[in-house]
Amino acid sequence: MEFSQEQLEAFYRTMYTIRSFEEKINDLFLAGEIPGFVHLYIGEEAVATGVMANLRKTDYITSTHRGHGHTIAKGADLKRMMAEIFGKRTGYCRGKGGSMHIADFSIGMLGANGVVGGGFNLAVGAALAAKLMGTDQVAVCFFGDGASNRGTFHEGLNMAAVWKLPVVFVCENNQYASTTPYRTTTSVENIADRAIGYGIPGVVVDGNDVFAVYEAAQAAVERARSGGGPTLLEAKTYRIKGHFVGDPELYRTRQEVEEHLENDDPLKNFRRQVLAASRLSERELAEIEAQVREEIEEAVDFARKSPFPAPEELFEDLYVESGEAACGK
Amino acid sequence: MRELTYAEAVREALRLEMRRDPSVFILGEDVGKFGGCFGVTGDLWQEFGEDRVRDTPISETAIIGAAVGAAATGMRPVPEIMFCDFLTVCMDQLVNQAAKMRYMFGGKAKIPMVVRAPVGGGISAAAQHSQSLEAWFTHVPGLKVVMPSTPADAKGLLIASIRDDNPVMFFEHKLLYPVKGEVPEGEYVVPLGKADVKREGSDVTVVATSLMVMKALEAAEKLAAEGVSVEVVDPRTLVPLDEETILASVKKTGRVVIAHEAVTRSGFGAEIAAIIAEKALDYLDAPIKRVGAKPAPVPFAGVLEKYVLPGTDDIVAAVKEII
Repeated sequence: MEFSQEQLEAFYRTMYTIRSFEEKINDLFLAGEIPGFVHLYIGEEAVATGVMANLRKTDYITSTHRGHGHTIAKGADLKRMMAEIFGKRTGYCRGKGGSMHIADFSIGMLGANGVVGGGFNLAVGAALAAKLMGTDQVAVCFFGDGASNRGTFHEGLNMAAVWKLPVVFVCENNQYASTTPYRTTTSVENIADRAIGYGIPGVVVDGNDVFAVYEAAQAAVERARSGGGPTLLEAKTYRIKGHFVGDPELYRTRQEVEEHLENDDPLKNFRRQVLAASRLSERELAEIEAQVREEIEEAVDFARKSPFPAPEELFEDLYVESGEAACGK
Repeated sequence: MRELTYAEAVREALRLEMRRDPSVFILGEDVGKFGGCFGVTGDLWQEFGEDRVRDTPISETAIIGAAVGAAATGMRPVPEIMFCDFLTVCMDQLVNQAAKMRYMFGGKAKIPMVVRAPVGGGISAAAQHSQSLEAWFTHVPGLKVVMPSTPADAKGLLIASIRDDNPVMFFEHKLLYPVKGEVPEGEYVVPLGKADVKREGSDVTVVATSLMVMKALEAAEKLAAEGVSVEVVDPRTLVPLDEETILASVKKTGRVVIAHEAVTRSGFGAEIAAIIAEKALDYLDAPIKRVGAKPAPVPFAGVLEKYVLPGTDDIVAAVKEII
């Protein structure tokens, strides 16, 4: 497949933004500036980037607890994301959601989800709405290998398949469900093998290769958009960081992580390919990196300077009517 | 005025709203050609077709999850869960997703969804098809909970619920489905959060929900023959709750019995009792009494089922204890 200069730059910009954003979150969390807990998308950047490059602004996605990458790739504003992760009023959720609940309906981002496997059927419903309204929107459901063992996976895939809904189920198999290695919790070689149980295509793709992800997602999105029904797309990738920041990672060796970083980091893979083919130069890549770093510093600055919500805002947005009385206290 | 059964009144509300608003649609098990397990959706499938009266797989989690997703993206789904007992298998979609999305996303989502589910025993359906679980949902901020007791209220409250932009749990009692009553024609709307005094009285207030409203009215009739004047208040919606009407009645009579079919322990009656104790204690001339199911699963054998569930005589006995 041929990619334009513009596409290549966009791929790298998105992947590098996710990586830098997450590295910054890691540092800020360890420095005590971010409350709660955070799950980083580092290592999985090629999946969100390659899939989202096939989507329109009006297409929907449902995301996960590890959702910053999806949100960035769908086109969210870094400042409002960062402010939300800080718990600030200027954040996407006005400080009420935090890292695990960022949503931006204006770009079709229907929300990260704190419940593993909580998004399958929401994506099915969004696709059902598109079908009933006669639009050609597509819904993409991101989930991990761990979530594929939830009952919601089965109910969602079956319903989407039997109604031929425009959904693409994207499994990010990052080899670990929380702290448990894939092989200890799952009986099949590939999550995609389960597609046969629903009579839909099951596709395995190298999730550390943005070009491969792009191509596989393109076929799945086109199939969904043209009425062909859902696809189960499994991207084999690797969670370079722990389940959460601060995870002691007792379930794997440091060597395993180092080897992966050396040999199959999606950003390094991309650089190797575009440099070898002389499609982008070191200078061009460095320019993108500098711009991205500046944007992230601006986002951090915005988050730091933003106010926290006031206690009086507690009942706002609980029900569509506002005010405590309407909340049926 | 013409009479409809409770089931017909629910169907009329669905029909009118589906004609009025193309974004309203029904999904659930056997709701299509079969017309619903209790016949409530009836012939809607014939009028609106299989897209809008949508038979689903036996996948309650997906039914609610898909309804939430569709509601978040512009539709107004009215999912039916065949028995409220089966809501237990879709709790994440209701409690963690539907109830929370708007709030945790900072006001970005609207979830205009009405989940219809029959509650109650009395048909020898045993432990997994007879519960009244409404209190569980009142405990979750973000949901509304509606429980009509008459055909007219069923119609008016369902129309209001479908037009509401929030997720609403709409509980219908299966023994009420064949009960007839006068129902206004056309777009009759009963606003959520308004209780109704079903019978005026001066000696004792009985706050009752769903089928127990009918039993409370029977009890009031019996007690009237003995010279006791009973006022029957039906909250109609538990969230939001019309505290004002309940408290006004209690302040007038000075005595209150709270009756629901759900298990008494931690039932919604406990909440109403607490509100009365907090806000009208000085007006009470006797302890607050609660009438509800005994703390056991609903058993199969008729004699046991009758014993576990509260009835008219239990209300009469409770009233007599405090007058």
